[in-house]
Amino acid sequence: MTMIFGIPVQAFLGQLLIGLINGSFYALLSLGLAVIFGLLRVINFAHGAQYMLGAFVALLLLQYFGINYWLALFLAPVIVGLLGALIERSMLSRLYKLDHLYGLLFTFGLALTIEGTFRYLYGAAGQPYSVPSALAGGTNLGFMFLPIYRGWVVVISLIACIGTWLLIEKTKLGSYLRAATENAVLVQAFGVNVPLLLTFTYGFGAALAAFAGVLAAPIYQVSPLMGSNLIIVVFAVVVVGGMGSIMGAIITGYMLGIAEGLTKVFYPEASNIVIFVIMAIVLLIRPAGLFGRDA
Amino acid sequence: MKPLLEVRGLNAWYGESHVLHGVDMTVGEGEMVTILGRNGVGKTTTLRTIMGILRERKGQIMFDGRDMMGVPLHRTAHAGIGFVPEERGIFATLTVEENLMLPPVVAGDGMSVNEIYDLFPNLQERRQSPGTKLSGGEQQMLAIARILRTGVRLLILDEPTEGLAPVIVQRIGEVLKKLKERGITVLLVEQNFRFASRVADRFYLMDHGQMVADFPVRELPERMDMLHSVLGV
Repeated sequence: MTMIFGIPVQAFLGQLLIGLINGSFYALLSLGLAVIFGLLRVINFAHGAQYMLGAFVALLLLQYFGINYWLALFLAPVIVGLLGALIERSMLSRLYKLDHLYGLLFTFGLALTIEGTFRYLYGAAGQPYSVPSALAGGTNLGFMFLPIYRGWVVVISLIACIGTWLLIEKTKLGSYLRAATENAVLVQAFGVNVPLLLTFTYGFGAALAAFAGVLAAPIYQVSPLMGSNLIIVVFAVVVVGGMGSIMGAIITGYMLGIAEGLTKVFYPEASNIVIFVIMAIVLLIRPAGLFGRDA
Repeated sequence: MKPLLEVRGLNAWYGESHVLHGVDMTVGEGEMVTILGRNGVGKTTTLRTIMGILRERKGQIMFDGRDMMGVPLHRTAHAGIGFVPEERGIFATLTVEENLMLPPVVAGDGMSVNEIYDLFPNLQERRQSPGTKLSGGEQQMLAIARILRTGVRLLILDEPTEGLAPVIVQRIGEVLKKLKERGITVLLVEQNFRFASRVADRFYLMDHGQMVADFPVRELPERMDMLHSVLGV
């Protein structure tokens, strides 16, 4: 058997893949957080709940309307995004004039409310969501067995991340977003409807979280707590990458997912804390984060 | 001359502090008007209140016959008023070209991008660099240029020459004269008295949150004594 650093190649590559998949979710979720934080200066604690909502909407669409995975992958983010926009317009937007802490507290309360409601309605146990038939099964790569769905998650997440980056860096709308992040009042004085831009941004961030939730449904099962388990790690990812940096969030997400996966190979006991250890080191050495502009 | 901007009894507050105490002023169509005054008398505040950036305000602001008091900030530009702030407001995360293209066009008769690049050749050369990599003078040019694209009828400039080398100040003066030829109305605040006297048609002198004098450029020589005492120039 081929070995890498005294570890069987299969185990090594297997964990690398798991790391890459986890990294895909970290990247998608921290990207949404970074987009929202950049413009709204709100740390969106409801992000995990919105991710869970995405998975639940997909599940409920299937159960009640027979809507399949592919349509749900589009519909669930739209529904959760619109819900996010509604919440921003009706509630969150009233808090911008206050200290940023209020936005954080509001979204924290929102997360508890959403998760509590779903726990009450559906219980804490996970419900299965089957892998779409086109992506069922696996393929033997020679050195390892790759479940096709997991490969798909890695590819589509990367596409979503790059697409979001392009939207922000290369389009007119993106230039409004970046400019408003720097100086919202001036952009508004130029005639851009910044309040609408904030609503759109929050909705878009929520939609990204829901998109990740639909992707996660066939892998992790759909449960009311699936988001709160993940979001703490994602916050650590955002801290390491630097709040508000788009590319930083993406790269750091994948990097830390892989770091976590490889730790499982070399020192399994540490795999649950490795991201937090990295976070602590980064905070000591570079408090603004690896990609953050100096605060 | 038909008035384009009419301000009557304008009061404004920063929280508890009352900064404008009944500002009255008129800017005619095609006119170039300069507000003079010492630091802290409310010149910048006057501009920001007219723009609608400062919302704690009372009084009357009419632009082209339209009451502007209820117009939200993001509709002010669409009514035809463009703003170049004192700190210039060039965005660091946008390229020069993105900065230039940022403000939405509000009327059809703005300058084309080619006209702007003819007027400011430096901006074309550096259009792909980040906005804040430009020199102070170039940033000021960019801040003015991006408003010219939008087709606004009134350009509000807050201290365009502040901190710039004399040769750049002269260049900005030339640009303002060209704008005047195009019939654009300009309201500016300026500390550089020599610059202001070269470009302006008319002056307002401001003190303690009010306009205390109003005179055309030809009366400047006979007003110098008063200006000396109020401005210390």
